[in-house]
Amino acid sequence: MNDKMIKAHALHKRFGQHEVLKSVSLEMGKGEVIAVIGPSGSGKSTFLRCLNHLETIDAGRIEIEGEVLADTDAAGHCRYAPDPELRRICRRMGMVFQHFNLFPHMTVLQNIIEAPITVKGMRREEVIPKAEALLAKVGLSAKRDAYPGRLSGGQKQRVAIARALAMEPDIMLFDEPTSALDPELTGEVLRTMRELAEEHMTMLVVTHEMGFAREVANRVIFMDQGQIVEERPAAEFFASPAHPRARAFLDNML
Amino acid sequence: MDYILKILPQLVEGAGVTLQVFLITIVLSMPLGLALALGRISHWRPLSTAVNGYIWLMRGTPLMLQMLFIYFALPFVPVIGIRLPDFPAAILAFVLNYAAYFAEIFRAGIQSIDRGQYEGAKVLGMNYSQTMRRIVLPQMIRRILPPVSNETITLVKDTSLIYVLAMNDLLRAARGIVQRDFTTSPFVVAAAFYLIMTLLLTWGFQYLEKRQAVCDE
Ligand SMILES: Nc1ncnc2c1ncn2[C@@H]1O[C@H](COP(=O)(O)OP(=O)(O)O)[C@@H](O)[C@H]1O
Ligand SMILES: [Mg+2]
Repeated sequence: MNDKMIKAHALHKRFGQHEVLKSVSLEMGKGEVIAVIGPSGSGKSTFLRCLNHLETIDAGRIEIEGEVLADTDAAGHCRYAPDPELRRICRRMGMVFQHFNLFPHMTVLQNIIEAPITVKGMRREEVIPKAEALLAKVGLSAKRDAYPGRLSGGQKQRVAIARALAMEPDIMLFDEPTSALDPELTGEVLRTMRELAEEHMTMLVVTHEMGFAREVANRVIFMDQGQIVEERPAAEFFASPAHPRARAFLDNML
Repeated sequence: MDYILKILPQLVEGAGVTLQVFLITIVLSMPLGLALALGRISHWRPLSTAVNGYIWLMRGTPLMLQMLFIYFALPFVPVIGIRLPDFPAAILAFVLNYAAYFAEIFRAGIQSIDRGQYEGAKVLGMNYSQTMRRIVLPQMIRRILPPVSNETITLVKDTSLIYVLAMNDLLRAARGIVQRDFTTSPFVVAAAFYLIMTLLLTWGFQYLEKRQAVCDE
C-alpha cells in the first residue's frame, strides 16, 4: 500500500521527564480528512509538530508518501533523513498555526509568493497569478496589498491557508486554526477548510470545532495523555464514543 | 563673522577627518556586529562563549584605552604585534568597540522575534539563511532603529577621542585655532558642526522609522 500519505508508527516524544507522546501511530490515506480531538495538554499539537519536524521524535518511524523521514534502529537510536532530503519531504506538508504566523513586514501577496520564490526558485511572473488565484479562492482578493496587521483574525488565517497552499503541498496540517478567533470569525475559516476537503486535500486537523469534525472529517482520533485512545469513522464516533474519556470529553463540549 | 569665515576652512578639514572616522566605523562595525550577534546566539557553545567574552572585554574597558593600546602597545605584543599608523589604529579601535555594542543591539533585536516566525518560515521550507535574510533580519531592523540611532549619535561625539592620537579631527582643529588666536569662538563653531551632524542623523533615523511603520497595525 503506497498510497499512504502519512505513516506514523509508535512515535515517542518526551520533554525532559515528561512523556508527551507514548507510542502514537497513525496511517492516513490520500484525500482523507482526519480530525484530532482531545483535552488540552494531551499531545495533539506535539503529534502534529513531530510529523513535520518542528519537534524531533525520540523513537518511532515516520513515512511521508512512502519516503522515510525518521526511523529508529534496533538499538533504539532515532535517525532523521539527511538535510536536503528532510527539507524536501517536509515541504510536502503545509501547516496552519493557531496564531497564523504571517510575516508582518510583508503584504498579503508578498507573504504568499515569498516561499515559492525563495525556496522553489520560481519566477515572480509565474507565482503572482497563482497567488492571486489563491487569494480569490479564500475570498481575499481585495486585501492583496494590505499588511497582516490590518486584517481580522479570520482574514489572517485565510491568508495563512493560501500561503501554505502556494507551496502546493500534498498534505495540510492544521493546529487549532480557529482557536484564536472571535466566534463570529470561525465560520469563514472553516468554510475555506471545508472547500479544501471537497477538493480532496489530505488534511490532519486538530480542532475543538465538533461540528466541523463531524461533518467534514472521515475519521476522528481522540487523544488523551499522550495516546490515541479512540480512532473511528467520524459518524460512528460522534454517534457513540466508545471510550469513557472520549464520552466525557464530548459531553463537556456540547 | 569675517573671523569665522576665515577659520572655517581649517574646521571643515577637521570635520572631514571626523566624518571619515564616523563613516568608516559605521560601514565596518555594523556587519561585524551582525556577525558577532549571530555568533553570540549560536548553539555552538565555544563560539557563543568566545563572542560573549569579546563583547564583555570591549564594553567593559574604555574606548580611549583600547585606542591607546592598539596604537602604542600592540607593536610590542608577540606574534600579532604590528605597528599601525594613527588613522588605521583609530579606525580599528572604533570598529572593534562599536561592533560589540551593535552586536548586543542586534542580538536583542533578533531574540525579540517571535518563535512562530521561525516556525512559519520552516514549514514553508526555508533554511536558516533564507529565514534570517527574508524574515528575521527585516523585522529586527524595524525594532532596533531607536537604539541604533542612539549608538550612531554617540559615535559622532566619540570620534573626538582620536584627539589622543594627535589626529587633526574637528576638535583638535578647533583647539589649534583657540591656542593660536586666543579666542574661544572656534569651539562654538565646532559645537555647531557636531550639532548639525547629529541633527541630520536624527532626521535620517526618524525618516527610516516612519517608513518602517507602514506595516504596523
Ligand atoms: N516545548 C515544550 N517544552 C516542554 N513541554 C512541552 C513543550 N510543548 C508541549 N509541552 C507539553 O507537552 C504536553 C502536550 O502539549 P501539546 O502537544 O501542546 O498538547 P495539546 O496540543 O493537546 O494541548 C503538555 O503538557 C505541554 O505542557
Ligand atoms: Mg495544542
